[in-house]
Amino acid sequence: MMDNVLFLLQDYTFRTVALGSALLGIISGVLGSFAVLRRQSLFGDGVSHAALPGVILAFLLTGNKNTEVLLLGALASGLLAALFITGIEKNSHIRFDSALALVMSVFFGLGLVLLTYSQKVPNANQAGLKRFIYGQASTLLSRDVILMAACAAILLSLVVLFWKEFKLFTFDPEFAQTLGFHTGRLNLFLSLLIVLAIIIGLQTVGVVLMSAMLIAPAAAARQWSGRLWLMVLLAAGFGAVSGVLGTLFSSAVPGLPTGPVIVVCITVIATFSLLFAPHRGLLRRILDRRKTRARFQAGISTTILKERRRLS
Amino acid sequence: MRAGMEIQIIAVIIAVACALPGTFLVLRKMSMISDSITHTILLGIVLAFFLTRDLSSPLLVAGAAFTGLVTVWLTETVAKTRLVSEDSAIGIVFPLLFSVAIILITRYAGSVHLDTDSVLLGELAFAPFDRMIVFGRDIGAKAIYTSGFLLLLNSTLILVFYKELKLASFDPLLSAVLGFSPVLIHYGLMALVSVTAVGAFQAVGSVLVVAFMIGPPVTAWLLTDQLKNMLLLSAGFGALSGILGYQAASLFDVSIAGSMAVTTGMLFLMAFLFSPRQGLVGIFIRRKRQHTSTGGTPKGAGWENRRRII
Repeated sequence: MMDNVLFLLQDYTFRTVALGSALLGIISGVLGSFAVLRRQSLFGDGVSHAALPGVILAFLLTGNKNTEVLLLGALASGLLAALFITGIEKNSHIRFDSALALVMSVFFGLGLVLLTYSQKVPNANQAGLKRFIYGQASTLLSRDVILMAACAAILLSLVVLFWKEFKLFTFDPEFAQTLGFHTGRLNLFLSLLIVLAIIIGLQTVGVVLMSAMLIAPAAAARQWSGRLWLMVLLAAGFGAVSGVLGTLFSSAVPGLPTGPVIVVCITVIATFSLLFAPHRGLLRRILDRRKTRARFQAGISTTILKERRRLS
Repeated sequence: MRAGMEIQIIAVIIAVACALPGTFLVLRKMSMISDSITHTILLGIVLAFFLTRDLSSPLLVAGAAFTGLVTVWLTETVAKTRLVSEDSAIGIVFPLLFSVAIILITRYAGSVHLDTDSVLLGELAFAPFDRMIVFGRDIGAKAIYTSGFLLLLNSTLILVFYKELKLASFDPLLSAVLGFSPVLIHYGLMALVSVTAVGAFQAVGSVLVVAFMIGPPVTAWLLTDQLKNMLLLSAGFGALSGILGYQAASLFDVSIAGSMAVTTGMLFLMAFLFSPRQGLVGIFIRRKRQHTSTGGTPKGAGWENRRRII
C-alpha cells in the first residue's frame, strides 16, 4: 500500500491532478467562508449551474476549446445569472431561494439547448464541453493547473488586500455603510470573486458538486474557530487536504471518479467537525448538557438538605 | 407528427404536475429543496437498481421517493443543530448523496444503461418510442400514462388537502393549534415533491424539474395574491411553456426539455416586466408619474398638485 502511494506521488499525472484539486480546495475554502458567513451558501450552486450556457456559447462563437476561452464564457454567464438573481430579489416579492432556483434551472436549460445545437456544428466534439457538467479532474492538464494557480494567486491577494473591508461588510453591512464604504460595490466585488472561484472549480468537480466545495470546508472550519482569519485558513486547509485525499483515493482504486470522491472527503471532514469540534461540536454540547443537569440536581438536593436542617 | 403530438401531451402533463406542488414550495420558501431532492433521487434509483437489477421495477420509484424524504430529513437534522445555516445544510447534504450515487454508478453499474446523463438531462424526444401495449394493442406512449397518473395523484391530493396545505403554509402555528400537524403536512408535501421529481426526471431531467416546479408558480405569483388563482395560473403557465417549448425545440432542432425551461424563463421575464401591479415597467411609470405630480414640478405648481392628491 505504502509503496503504491509512493509510486503515485512520483507520477506526473497524479501530481498535476492533485495540485489542481488542492488549489481548488484552497480557493473555494477561502471564498466559500465569506459566502457561508453571508448566508449565500446556495449562491454557488446557482452560479455554477448557470455557467453552462456561457461555456457552450463561448465555444460556438470562437470555435475554440481552450480552457481560458470557455472559462471566460462561464464567467460572463455566471455573472449575468448573479445579476438576475439579485435583480429579481430586489425588485419583486420573489424571495432569494425562488429567484435562485428559477434563474439557475432556466440558465441550465439554455445550456442544454445550446449543447444540443452545438452538436450539429461540424467539428464539435461534445466530450470537451460535457466535462463542465460532471467535472473531470483527470483531464486537468498542466496548463490548466498553471491557470488555476495564477487565478488563485490573484484571488488570494485580493482577499488579503481587501481583508478589512470584506470582514466588516460580511459581519455588519449597515455599519460598513455608515463608515462610508460603498456596500453596493463591495457586494458586487465580493460576489465577483466568489463567482470566479466557482468558475475555476467547474472543470474539476463539475456543476453539481461545486456547491459542496464552497460550503463544506467553510462549514467545517466554522466549528473550530470563531475568528475569521483562522476560519478562512482552516477552510483553505480542509479544502486542500480533501482535494489531495480525493485524488489519492481515486487513483489508488480504479473506477473511482475524482470529483465525487473529493466531495465525500470534504463532507467527512465537515461531519467530524460538526460532531467533535471542541467548543461548538455536538458531543461537547451533549456533555455540557449532562454536566449542567448533574450540577442542577446536586444543587437541588443540597438546597433541600439545607432547608430541612433549617426547619428541624 | 403523431410522435410530436404525444411529446407535447407528455410535456404539458408533466409541467402541470410539477407546477402544482411547486406552488407550495415557493410559498413555503423551500424552492431550493426541490433542487436538492431532484439530485438525490439518483441515489435512490441506483440503490433500488442494485437490489432489483431491473430498470423498470416500480421499486426504483419507491426507492427514489424514499431518498427524497431522507434528504429532507437529513438536511433538517443538520440545520436543527444550528451549527450551520439552513441553506448550508442543503448544500452539504445533497452533493454528498449525489456523489455517492455517481461513485456507485461509475464503479459498479458501468455496463448497464444507467448513466448520469439520462438522470441529469433526460430526453423527451425518446419518450414516444416506449409504447404502452395492452392486450396486444398499442394505446399510446407509456410516458403519457405514467405522467398522467402523476398529475392525477398531485391534483387529487392537493384538492383533498387544499385547506390543510393552505393553512400550514401561511400559518403553521394556527394549523398546529387547530390539530393539523404541520410536520405531517410538511413531509406529505415533500413525499409528493419526491414522487413528482421521480416521475418527471426521466422525461425532462432532474435539473429541469426544478424549472417546472419553481418557474410557473413564481410567474403566477407576480400576477396574483390568491392561492387558488396562483395554482390555476401556474398550471396554465406550465402547460403553455410545454407547448411553446416543444414548438421552439422542433423549429431549431434542439433539446426539448431545455427549450421548455427557457420558455418558462421567458414567461417569467414577461411577467416580471409587464405584470400590471408588480411589473418593473408599471412601477417605473407610476414612479415617474408621482415624481412629476409632486416633487418634479416647480414651486407653486407642486403645492397645487400635492393638495389635489391629498
